[in-house]
Amino acid sequence: MKRLHPQLFQVVLKALVFCFLFAGTSPAWGEDFSVAAASDLQFALRELIHGFEAQSGHHVRVSFGSSGQFCSQIQQGAPYALFLSADQHYVNLLLEKGLTRDHGVLYAQGRIALFAPQGSVLKVEKGLAGLLPLLAAGKIRHFAIANPQHAPYGRAAKQALLAAGVWNALQGHLLMAENASQAAQFSLSGSSEGGLIPLSLVLAPAFKNKGRFLLVPENLHAPLLQRMVLLKNASRAAQDFYLYLQTGRARQVLMRYGFALPDS
Amino acid sequence: MALPCQILEMSEFTSFGLSLKLAFLTALGLLPLALFLGRFLAFSQKNWRGFCEAGLMLPLVLPPTVMGYYLLLGLGQNSWLGGIYAAISGKTLVFSFEGILLASWLFNLPFAVQPIQRAFAAIPHEIREAAACCGLSNWQAFWRVEWPLAWPGILSSLLLCFAHTLGEFGVVLMVGGNIPGETQTLSLLIYDKVQALDFQGARGLSLGLLVFSFLSLAAMSRLEKRKPVQRTLSWAAQGVEDV
Repeated sequence: MKRLHPQLFQVVLKALVFCFLFAGTSPAWGEDFSVAAASDLQFALRELIHGFEAQSGHHVRVSFGSSGQFCSQIQQGAPYALFLSADQHYVNLLLEKGLTRDHGVLYAQGRIALFAPQGSVLKVEKGLAGLLPLLAAGKIRHFAIANPQHAPYGRAAKQALLAAGVWNALQGHLLMAENASQAAQFSLSGSSEGGLIPLSLVLAPAFKNKGRFLLVPENLHAPLLQRMVLLKNASRAAQDFYLYLQTGRARQVLMRYGFALPDS
Repeated sequence: MALPCQILEMSEFTSFGLSLKLAFLTALGLLPLALFLGRFLAFSQKNWRGFCEAGLMLPLVLPPTVMGYYLLLGLGQNSWLGGIYAAISGKTLVFSFEGILLASWLFNLPFAVQPIQRAFAAIPHEIREAAACCGLSNWQAFWRVEWPLAWPGILSSLLLCFAHTLGEFGVVLMVGGNIPGETQTLSLLIYDKVQALDFQGARGLSLGLLVFSFLSLAAMSRLEKRKPVQRTLSWAAQGVEDV
């Protein structure tokens, strides 16, 4: 065998050495910890992490997803140190199970926006009610929201659509995304006429000049009170990050992404 | 000219390394079991061989969600396996690299066993009989006769496992939970990038994975064609003579 393929063995050996050297490496200084974050924070939190890492030398490993999904993963033992939920419900659920350090802290209040990509027949200025004539005329093929079953932003979207009286008419046209960020991606993709997505994503640079949006009135859905909490195994570094997110500097970043801030 | 480390972000570098590590450990770790099972299935005359084969093929047809669900149950904190692991290491098996490696071994079983089984089955009956007549034990027959004949199949089993693991998505997502540096493989990072509307990043990584997968498959088909029957047959004869 060795006689037949010496060069192949060499390649394999080199690749092995390479991957063992670099798999899972992190900067030698500082500490690593994992954060689970609701996907409406996709852009805002990346900016915040950047600031924190530069200041502290720690390394934050962040996963974005729906809050409900993370809640179930954490119950199954996922090794996150900090959980930034898009609502309070999932944090309270973990608190009841004794998985969190305390009841956490409110860090932001989210809003949803009606978004229509460039070239869409949907005119956001007419609000949610503007969907009805378009649906009747068969001009809406797809409309994206996050899955209301486990994504708080999806639940808010459903509540708003119900309140505006368009939920029933939209059946068969709804694209159910796995989380709020995917809903944003669906509504940008051009294969849907629009969607109800987090304001914090619409305000991100990635959305600039990609379409038009209208802020959905607050009274159409239950408030998205976003709570974060340290989990039982949280390290000192994770605690520092938790505190960093409550500083004035961090609050300013959150505000820039359209979050309303709870009084501290 | 930009250096590669400037083009690749840290996260891409980490995920690439993680994918390679997972693929290597999957392919190599599965080899002994695949050799045993493949050889057994190729030569066994037992009636229940069919059930064995059906069981091994299951990962091919089962949706990743079904496998993911059972793996979450089987490896979770409340399972005996997850419990033992947690007691020893203090970590949970799900949402860890070890967890996705275990999952990876399971869903790669058909890819590992099939080529090896075919390679062993293709060995002419007479050769094995001749080996037995020469008084070779089972082990000797394997090392001196079967292995030299079956190695292209064994290599393609390794390659197939390797490539398939690089491309695996659903089970790794469900069992691993997409944690950067721990379970976020390259295919999961691409998914993340698309969700984060970083299409440029997703484009580069997708292209890389596409080319890499194609090359692996091309290498494999070359190997299969190259089966040097004449030469290895004389090798095998030599092996018998040596005894």
